[in-house]
Amino acid sequence: MNIPAGHVMIVAAVLLATGLFGVIVRRNIVLVLMSLEIMLNAAALAFVAGGSARGADGQVMFLLILTLAAAEVSVGLALVLQLYRRFKTLDVSAAASMKG
Amino acid sequence: MTSVFYISSGIAVLATLLVVTRTNIVHALLFLIVSLLAVAVDLFVLGAQLAAALEVIIYAGAIMVLFIFVIMMMNLGKAEQEANRHRRSPAWLAAGVLSAVLLAELIYVMVANPGPPVGPGNDPREVAKLLYGPYVLAVELASLLLLSGLVGAYHLGRPEQSRAGTARRLDGSPADSSSGSARPTGLGRAERKTQLGAVVAESSGHDSAAIGGSNAGSGPVPTQEEPS
Repeated sequence: MNIPAGHVMIVAAVLLATGLFGVIVRRNIVLVLMSLEIMLNAAALAFVAGGSARGADGQVMFLLILTLAAAEVSVGLALVLQLYRRFKTLDVSAAASMKG
Repeated sequence: MTSVFYISSGIAVLATLLVVTRTNIVHALLFLIVSLLAVAVDLFVLGAQLAAALEVIIYAGAIMVLFIFVIMMMNLGKAEQEANRHRRSPAWLAAGVLSAVLLAELIYVMVANPGPPVGPGNDPREVAKLLYGPYVLAVELASLLLLSGLVGAYHLGRPEQSRAGTARRLDGSPADSSSGSARPTGLGRAERKTQLGAVVAESSGHDSAAIGGSNAGSGPVPTQEEPS
């Protein structure tokens, strides 16, 4: 197989930039969380591509990133539910001001 | 195999672009699933079979189902979609420029030194050996992270009523009921309790009066006579 690791890294970079664009632009907090998932996924792909030349270390890192993403998304979705209960909206700018 | 990689990479990039530009959340979620499956094909072509399988099972399966459940719980209508559609020009431009600059830098670095071709891949047995060999501390830390995520999600996702009930129980209700004038909330609760007691006393008094009346009417053995 003659795919250079740099090409996989470019795909991962494109995915990461798209996810960053989504995090900055979107106001819907569920879409922000989905963009964060895209960014984590791109990082995991980069780990697998970088580690594939020398052993299975990249896949171990992929597994750990997967664990991190699962924990992050469960807490994040619970926060989404709290935001929706308090403000009756999913707009992140509804919670932009602090109380004190 | 090489063309499979490039085709699925193109699908992944296209689906991801569609994710961040949709106004309907469910459509975005479906495109995100397409993107994750395309990345799973990429991983499989790269020789990381375990990673590809976990991507399909956990990312496209479990995490996306979590998203769908939350979206269905909130029951969003047309108004949310309209609110998503309205924000356009300046934010999109600025974020697009920032992301494009970052992307250009990353691509420049990757093109400057493309690195070795990717290896032949590893079967899951080698991953398992590494996980329980040098990375065993990381596995333990990941389990702790999952536990804390579980506790955090449970605490944050509880409904408000049960949380208020816990707070009241922790508040110490006996002190409140004995000294009603201490705090306004305790006073209110004590008043409510006395009102409730009055209602109960009234109704029980009424009952006893009725029973007494039936007693007076029916004679010395009222409880047996009353049904007939």
